Amino acid sequence: MDNKRRKFLKIAGASVLAGIGAPAVIKLTAATPALASGHGEAPAHAPAPDAHGGHAEEAPQGVRLGMVIDLRKMNENPEMLDSAIAACIAAHNIPEFPDKKNEVKWIWKAPFENVFTDHSASHSAAKVKNFPSVALCNHCDDPPCVRACPTQATYRLEKNGIVAMDFHRCIGCRFCMAACPYGARSFNWQDPRPYIKKYNKEFPSRMKGVVEKCNFCGERLALGQEPACVEACKGTGAIVFGDLNDAKSEIRAVLDKEFTIQRKPTLGTKPSVFYIV
Amino acid sequence: MIEKTLKGKPAYWIWLAFLGMFMAIGAACYVRQYNFGLGMTGMSRDVSWGIYISQFTFLVGVAAGGVMLVLPYYIHNYKEFGRITILGEFLAIGAIVMCLLFIMADLGQPMRALNVVLHPTPNSMLFYDAIVLNGYLFLNVLCGWVILTAEKKQVKPPKWIYFFVYLSIPFAISIHTVTAMLYCGLPGRHFWLSAIIAPRFLASAFAAGPALIVVACLVLKRVAGFDAGRKAMNKLITIIIYAALLNMFFVGLEFFVGYYSNIPGHKHSLEYLFFGLEHHGHVYNNLVPFMWAFVILAFGSIAVLATPAAKKNDFVLGMGCAALFLAFWLDKGIGFVLAGFVPNGLHEITEYIPTANELGITIGVWATGFMVVTLLYKIAIGVEHEVEG
Repeated sequence: MDNKRRKFLKIAGASVLAGIGAPAVIKLTAATPALASGHGEAPAHAPAPDAHGGHAEEAPQGVRLGMVIDLRKMNENPEMLDSAIAACIAAHNIPEFPDKKNEVKWIWKAPFENVFTDHSASHSAAKVKNFPSVALCNHCDDPPCVRACPTQATYRLEKNGIVAMDFHRCIGCRFCMAACPYGARSFNWQDPRPYIKKYNKEFPSRMKGVVEKCNFCGERLALGQEPACVEACKGTGAIVFGDLNDAKSEIRAVLDKEFTIQRKPTLGTKPSVFYIV
Repeated sequence: MIEKTLKGKPAYWIWLAFLGMFMAIGAACYVRQYNFGLGMTGMSRDVSWGIYISQFTFLVGVAAGGVMLVLPYYIHNYKEFGRITILGEFLAIGAIVMCLLFIMADLGQPMRALNVVLHPTPNSMLFYDAIVLNGYLFLNVLCGWVILTAEKKQVKPPKWIYFFVYLSIPFAISIHTVTAMLYCGLPGRHFWLSAIIAPRFLASAFAAGPALIVVACLVLKRVAGFDAGRKAMNKLITIIIYAALLNMFFVGLEFFVGYYSNIPGHKHSLEYLFFGLEHHGHVYNNLVPFMWAFVILAFGSIAVLATPAAKKNDFVLGMGCAALFLAFWLDKGIGFVLAGFVPNGLHEITEYIPTANELGITIGVWATGFMVVTLLYKIAIGVEHEVEG
């Protein structure tokens, strides 16, 4: 299974590199016409969109990369999450400031009640209370940060649903930070470079005065690699990554089988990160 | 007309030197911030907007408040405001200059500010804010200058200018509405996610702006021999009282919605502002004194302004208006923006305390605004004296 996923990502990534663009990716990821025929039309029993717009079935369009994080597996092996975070830091030249004020983080640990503020924390199970959850950018299908950005320095990639950043266009107004309901965005309050422990030449470091966040490892996908955090949890199934719109994908198999939750679904942002608790 | 700024009594020059000193301090602090980054401020990942954006928000209101003079004079032909309407327009210019400076001070990459124009983004409220703020600045410069020039020449203003005067009225409403929309359209920030933000902003603006104009008129009466007229002052008092009461009413409605619905998200920020927010055994309350000062000053000043003494005694009137201005500055220039970040999206609490460098820049920008207003008022009053003289 793991090998197969790797292969698909390789093809998908290569096609992105070669600049074939969105149509090719759709074709490759939906190897069978399932995407067009099976899932394209809303099933007859589809629920009507509710008042909050958060719980209804979403109409799939193109590729939408997403993630399922299995907190059960994360908790079985606490070091795994640490290594996933470390892999992200190493891959993206994330500075490690000693103080909370300057903190820059793309994927991080936080208590369940902080990650899932809409879920009751009273009488929660011990596994929920005693083990950290994990937070990162949700790569929302309808991202408030993109709506707020006055320069399109943050934007949603139509070809794969990734919410990306242009560090060279960002003016540092931090409107996106106010807009993000998930606290996924960090600002470079000062020059981050002296605080990068080990410099990775494959990825740009940032300058002071710009916002940054998780990019679902767009640069690694383009090389046919999995996201750094996914790779760090390899073989455990703790993080499953793939196309949410591809009915045949592994991530869809997991979503079909397991009960999953999203962060703050009532806000209508349509997060692409799902959790198994 | 600019030459009028070059002649003045010693007190005028001392005042300009005083403001210039703070502008220099602000500039020096800004150089430090520019070189190091916004880490020089007290802002953090959790409280990502601080005193700069708070001041910006409040000053947009001061700028919009000028319309409370323009509207009665030009639409309702309320002649008593004839002498002071120009003061409202010139105050708006100073306030918008401060707004733009505060935005620039807040940008992480100020050299890229033009990206807002180069990559226009109609889905962003900041895009519209840039349009209406600059538009309102332009309109006030144009209208103020053309009408003052006509007055100097003792001719009627050209007819075409009235188009821009009338246009400036919806623009005044729009600058504060769009500024409210920066906040009230964000999902996940419960305190800001309220349809009453724009009306509340306008109400507080229509009290704070005219209150500052009253104070300015009283100062000008003493130092420049400019009398705005008792009737105009009394009418302004009425406008200020009604607008201030509306603002307090709207604040009260926020309390009702939060506490009667009992939805925690709607209460947290209010709790943080007024009572202190308990979280993991620690009470976070660094804004509580400011907010109670706001409530006491607001009701106190409304009461003072409503007494007959305010209509007779300049000192009582001046103190009442100054207190009201301060009250609404505490409400909108401190509380409103900061409380939106407490608690943050993960229900964590980080408090914000501005740094000395940040306060230096803030005072520098205020001094710049006062300098602009002083110079413009010097011109306006110089012309009035010349015409009457």
